[in-house]
Amino acid sequence: MSVRRLCADQPASFAFSPENLDWCAKEIKKYPEGRQASAVIALLWRGQEQNGGWVTEPMIRVVGDMLAMPYIRVLEVATFYTMFNLAPRGKYLLQVCKTTPCWLRGSDEVTAVVKNRLGVEQRQVTKDGLFSWIEVECLGGCCNAPVIQVNEDYYEDLDAAKTGALLDQLARGEQPKIGSQTGRRSSEPAAGLTTLTSVAGGER
Amino acid sequence: MPKLTIDGIEIEVEPGTSLLQACEAAGKEIPRFCYHERLSIAGNCRMCLIEVEGGPPKPVASCAMPAADKMVVHTDTPMVRKAREGVMEFLLANHPLDCPICDQGGECDLQDQAMGYGVSGSRYFENKRAVEDKNMGPLIKTVMTRCIHCTRCVRFTTEIAGVSELGATGRGEDMEITTYLEQAVLSELSGNVIDLCPVGALTSKPYAFSARPWELTKTESIDVMDAVGSNIRVDARGAEVMRILPVTNDDVNEEWISDKTRFIWDGLKRQRLDTPYIREGGKLRPASWAQALSLAAQKIKAAPPAAMAAIAGDLACAESMMALKDLWDRLGSPHLDCRQDGAKLGAASRGDYLFNSTFAGIEQADALLLIGCNPRREAAVLNARIVQRARAGHFSAASIGAPMDVNFPCQNLGAGPRTLQDLLDGRHPFAATLQAAKRPMLIVGMGALARADGAAILAAAKKLARNVGAISTEWNGFNMLHNAAARVAGLDLGLLPGAGGLDVAGMLEGAKSGAISLVYLLGADELDLSQTGKAFVIYQGHHGDAGAHRADLVLPGAAYTEKSGTYVNSEGRVQIGARAGFPPGEAREDWTILRALSESAGHKLPYDSLAALRARMIEAAPHFRHVGAVQAATPGAPAAAGSMGDAAFVSAIRDFYLTNPIARASSIMAECSALAARHSLSLNQKDQAQ
Repeated sequence: MSVRRLCADQPASFAFSPENLDWCAKEIKKYPEGRQASAVIALLWRGQEQNGGWVTEPMIRVVGDMLAMPYIRVLEVATFYTMFNLAPRGKYLLQVCKTTPCWLRGSDEVTAVVKNRLGVEQRQVTKDGLFSWIEVECLGGCCNAPVIQVNEDYYEDLDAAKTGALLDQLARGEQPKIGSQTGRRSSEPAAGLTTLTSVAGGER
Repeated sequence: MPKLTIDGIEIEVEPGTSLLQACEAAGKEIPRFCYHERLSIAGNCRMCLIEVEGGPPKPVASCAMPAADKMVVHTDTPMVRKAREGVMEFLLANHPLDCPICDQGGECDLQDQAMGYGVSGSRYFENKRAVEDKNMGPLIKTVMTRCIHCTRCVRFTTEIAGVSELGATGRGEDMEITTYLEQAVLSELSGNVIDLCPVGALTSKPYAFSARPWELTKTESIDVMDAVGSNIRVDARGAEVMRILPVTNDDVNEEWISDKTRFIWDGLKRQRLDTPYIREGGKLRPASWAQALSLAAQKIKAAPPAAMAAIAGDLACAESMMALKDLWDRLGSPHLDCRQDGAKLGAASRGDYLFNSTFAGIEQADALLLIGCNPRREAAVLNARIVQRARAGHFSAASIGAPMDVNFPCQNLGAGPRTLQDLLDGRHPFAATLQAAKRPMLIVGMGALARADGAAILAAAKKLARNVGAISTEWNGFNMLHNAAARVAGLDLGLLPGAGGLDVAGMLEGAKSGAISLVYLLGADELDLSQTGKAFVIYQGHHGDAGAHRADLVLPGAAYTEKSGTYVNSEGRVQIGARAGFPPGEAREDWTILRALSESAGHKLPYDSLAALRARMIEAAPHFRHVGAVQAATPGAPAAAGSMGDAAFVSAIRDFYLTNPIARASSIMAECSALAARHSLSLNQKDQAQ
């Protein structure tokens, strides 16, 4: 992980859309009087969604003003949680898991494919604006290692070829099949069921 | 009350005491970085680890663990030593070895504790972490690689200074202390983070690389930048003041001082009056003391008593004011005043012009009404107490006066006397709040009194205080907040117009019309002296400011660090500051100038030593005997004093950083003032844009 700073190139302003403002108002209402600052993560997250996936400096000020928080307190939150991107990202943000289970199952080759196909370093955006990627620690999908998270979805049981296919599909604007890429259901054994193959007292 | 054993010593402590405090009480020193008595507990440095028997088999952070009954605590076991060594090793793994070029050297907690708990070698061969330095304005120098992330500075700005300007971004291994987008810290108390920083990450920018602590002579003194009377330590090398630090006094300034107090010292080196000057042909020329005193004596002898006037300025010490008062009495002139700003204060009852509840009394108050004062600008250290009181809860504060940027929740009730009248008549809802409060407090500022209807406003405020029960046998919440360090002592010693005497405005008017032919200014600079006509103006002071600019004769005096002087703060607390160095050149201590002048003028004052003069002060005002203490006083009955006008109350201080001649000579203060002006300009633009 590198030092988390705000992007040098910032837009002049930020404003929540009317629908999001309503949503924010509801979110703020969840907390008792004087504790509105508790809504900071929710508001930043919504702001990030609205803003194409990254948190801007004007957004921090807008959220600070909405919650009567000093701006530095909002910045503290935004720089702590890695789920907040502090710089523009591609349409698809690939989070490649590098923790031991994925690594043992070949995350190195998956990473190599991602890096070579996209042709950019971590946190950079491809020229077409479609992709950016980062290495992350455990995504919690160890049974289906190696794993890549693309935006909100997991793509599992990858290898070099499957990763390439996944990237091709995304580039073509198709929606790849979410979950295991080998066809198994969730994290059932890779070579078919070994237990519970029959129902007690009857046919399965 | 919990009773516990610490290293074999049985001790009983108050419930809620932390183990660290209990260990201190038992006389065991616990090393610490993040813990500070006046800040909230963070528990993040882990240096204060101790061993508690019966608990889990691991060391305990003593600052965050409350003492409980029957605990058995060890502060010096192999486990404790090993744990602290480990913490120290981790801290030093990323701390640079730049002590030889670090300004904290010699007074660095990390350096000291590394001597006690560190090991001589390191097991780390990786590159040390490097952190970019942050801009925090003209006062705080940052070397962020040295930061150990104790967050004392963050907690101080939030909890004491009342502004959330500092924060810790990128929490985790990349944590950095910074302001939002590296804006300058704008708090008036920002300099205190320099003292709080246990390492050399935050140091004094103006003092950078100029001295080492062990080569400085340390003199305890009293600050004169405001009427709080903060206790300070003046560190000098030879005659040169190198820096000013706070001295802890729980009754007055706790352990904080304002930025003006701390960084004023470069003003002591510039624009100094170091020799007498006589105006000849419109220009001031240097002269000898003999020439200057004989000219002054000649002018004094020539003028009839009723044509002589004297004004004592805001920085004058009680000694020089006593000498001036005695001299003027001997000369037979009633025209004497210490209220340079024209505040309508009388000396009929001492309780009329004191901060009666005492500063520490703020902690007990449950409702506060500010009348024409902005404590943040007028007494920044006192404001910190109000901020803390407000944070503690069950406290309502309101103000009458122009809207201001105080940093605690404060309701603005209205702009001027009309609102005060509404409160008095019970028409305003806040009157009920004050009435319901157990210990209501009023703070009247000079902004409400330094005006034509000041006497009427004072009477109304006093009446309101009585009505809401702010003045009773066990609580006196009627408070006056002065801005001038000299003011209370001046009133105590009776530097007020005598029978038929003129006040400051009258004197200036008299000088313009010719009725006053001689004006003696004892360090009085905050006056409009352009209209003083043909009067012969003698200025006694230490800086070439407005007074010296107009003067026909300049007598060079000593600044507050250059003389032993008595000052009385807003509470009425008598405090004596020691001399840290000698005044420059031919300049002399102020009372000796007046003593010499009295002899030349043929009215010799009867004291030849500081002791004799102080005995005279005690004779004139017996409470001067009680140094360091406050003598309780009760406000007199409100006198009928005309009617109140309509004009809004405006705080007496327009520019916090430039209130006196020393500050106006300081380039550091000029920089701060410009920065504050730019900031308020951008805020105004932002307001207008919205």
